[in-house]
Amino acid sequence: MNRLLARFTIWRTIFALLLAAGAYSAYLRVRYGLGGVTNLSDQFPWGLWIGFDVLCGVGLAAGGFTLVAVVHIFNIERYKPILRPAILTAFLGYLLVVLALLFDLGRPDRIWHPLVMWNPHSVMFEVAWCVTLYTTVLALEFAPAVFERLGWKKPLDWLKWISVPLMIAGVLLSTLHQSSLGSLYLIVPYKLYGLWYTPWLPVFFFMSAICVGLAMTIFESWHSSRAFGRELELPLAAGLARVLAVLLMTYLFVRFLDLEQRGALALLRENRTETWLFGLEILLLATPMLLLFRRSVRWNPGKLYACAVMVLFGFIANRLNVSVTGMEASSGTHYTPRWTEVAVTLAIVALGFALFRVMAKQFPIFEERHATPYRQMASSETRETEGVLVGVRNAT
Amino acid sequence: MPKAILYDSTLCIGCKACEGACADRWRLPYDDKIAAESRLSAHKLTTIQTFGERFSRRLCMHCVEPTCASVCPVGALHKTALGPVVYDAEKCMGCRYCMQACPFQVPVYEWHSRLPKVRKCDMCYDRQRAGKPTACAEACPTGATTCGERDALIAEAQRRIAEKPHDYYQRIYGLKEAGGTSVLYLSAVPFEQIGLRTRLPQEPLPALTWRVLSAVPNVVSIGSVLLGGVWWITNRRDAVAREEGGKR
Repeated sequence: MNRLLARFTIWRTIFALLLAAGAYSAYLRVRYGLGGVTNLSDQFPWGLWIGFDVLCGVGLAAGGFTLVAVVHIFNIERYKPILRPAILTAFLGYLLVVLALLFDLGRPDRIWHPLVMWNPHSVMFEVAWCVTLYTTVLALEFAPAVFERLGWKKPLDWLKWISVPLMIAGVLLSTLHQSSLGSLYLIVPYKLYGLWYTPWLPVFFFMSAICVGLAMTIFESWHSSRAFGRELELPLAAGLARVLAVLLMTYLFVRFLDLEQRGALALLRENRTETWLFGLEILLLATPMLLLFRRSVRWNPGKLYACAVMVLFGFIANRLNVSVTGMEASSGTHYTPRWTEVAVTLAIVALGFALFRVMAKQFPIFEERHATPYRQMASSETRETEGVLVGVRNAT
Repeated sequence: MPKAILYDSTLCIGCKACEGACADRWRLPYDDKIAAESRLSAHKLTTIQTFGERFSRRLCMHCVEPTCASVCPVGALHKTALGPVVYDAEKCMGCRYCMQACPFQVPVYEWHSRLPKVRKCDMCYDRQRAGKPTACAEACPTGATTCGERDALIAEAQRRIAEKPHDYYQRIYGLKEAGGTSVLYLSAVPFEQIGLRTRLPQEPLPALTWRVLSAVPNVVSIGSVLLGGVWWITNRRDAVAREEGGKR
């Protein structure tokens, strides 16, 4: 008991420290501007905050639209129990992306400008609109949980009435901006290294977003099962994992097909940082793909979880490769994030875990009737704290 | 008629009079220390670079179809009919996509300001509108930098190359690069030897993203019909199954 308490306190302390470091960095950001807290430069204008917080953040939130499509549009009802947690993850994810943008934009007070000052030729303009609209859609998709909790019947009926067009809009908006994050880089053919630059970037970004959306849903189910003392919905998670394996295979196949078509395979023989980091990215995606084809892996919660985590890291490696690794050689400079950049990023991730926990406790996001009921309340308390702490640890 | 600048590296003596004139015009500080900096920065919008015995000048290229203007989500940058690509600081939200996208790595940022702006040469838009030459062209003592109408400057450049074929590398930089620029270069040696990027597409870059963006209306219309159709079919199937199950 004491040991558990000690562990609990340690993780809580670390969480507090992360938030404090993030808050201090935020102060420095406001006080000294971007130059005071980042290692960004005229040669390297986008760093960790765009590469991780925005590109990865939006991708990791892709589970929301993927599951909405699966459950409500393709009407595969059995995945319903994990839909709401996925929507919550997505909603929080997008809110945190917007928060991260407030750090990264030179003039965060003008974040609304794209909504009134249009330039339809800009991919960024399209992304800004899609993210704004989709965050609204996610708020409405999550709203039923809030209204159920508050017992408001009327708004629930209204939401039900618009739910189908809303969900279709959500899937379309996601398709558009998940791919558009890749389109952002279409404009830099001579800057982005040949292993990543391809006219297919938008398609690859979209495919990998769906993969990571599924992996994130498995990841989040696993943590919720520990944090809230529930059984893991193993048949559902294993089902998603099977789809994930097939999608990963398709994704990796077209990635290599594209390399081959562009004659870029020869780049793999060059002994450079880019080659090794490309290898790492592929390894982190190919390994879980191979493993997930095995039934024994899919039906083992621990192994399944490990595979999901590998996919998450493979995805993160890909986005950082496109946004940082692949851009370095042509920039004529080196970029490593400053501690303040890392602190803000970690604080945002920690905040995500904390918010999920608070929201999941406050609102009915887990369906009681499908899931095994809560275990004895006595033991659930300790399990809860343990689960979230594991979550924070894994995230960092 | 759109304006342009012709920079003839063979005539440049590296006196940096253009740098001083540019700083004056923008009311930026200029001293020996700043003169020694070779990079463009928020306090130096044009710079003379040295490559052995040769010089080269860096400034905004004022592309015919500017990438920066196409990527800016708020339309803070635009190509004027007169030629200069100008920037409206009041619109800019500081996403820095223009800096990321510029094929010539020109736009720079006020990194240490609390209310930062992007900065770049605007080809003395105000002076040119008043019919005056750019500050740099006016200050240049050797005629290495001249300004005028783009077509006339191209003709002039071709004339110089034809007259002294041994003094010039036989091409004009800026004619086709990234779809053409309003700053043109002449040099005695291949352009990469005076620090210019030569691995650039000949087509305007904005076409690369427009190809995808112009598909958006189709994705939306076809996508919504498709998704709506799938929803209708799957729901109908379930409804029918329920109905038939009920009858039995």
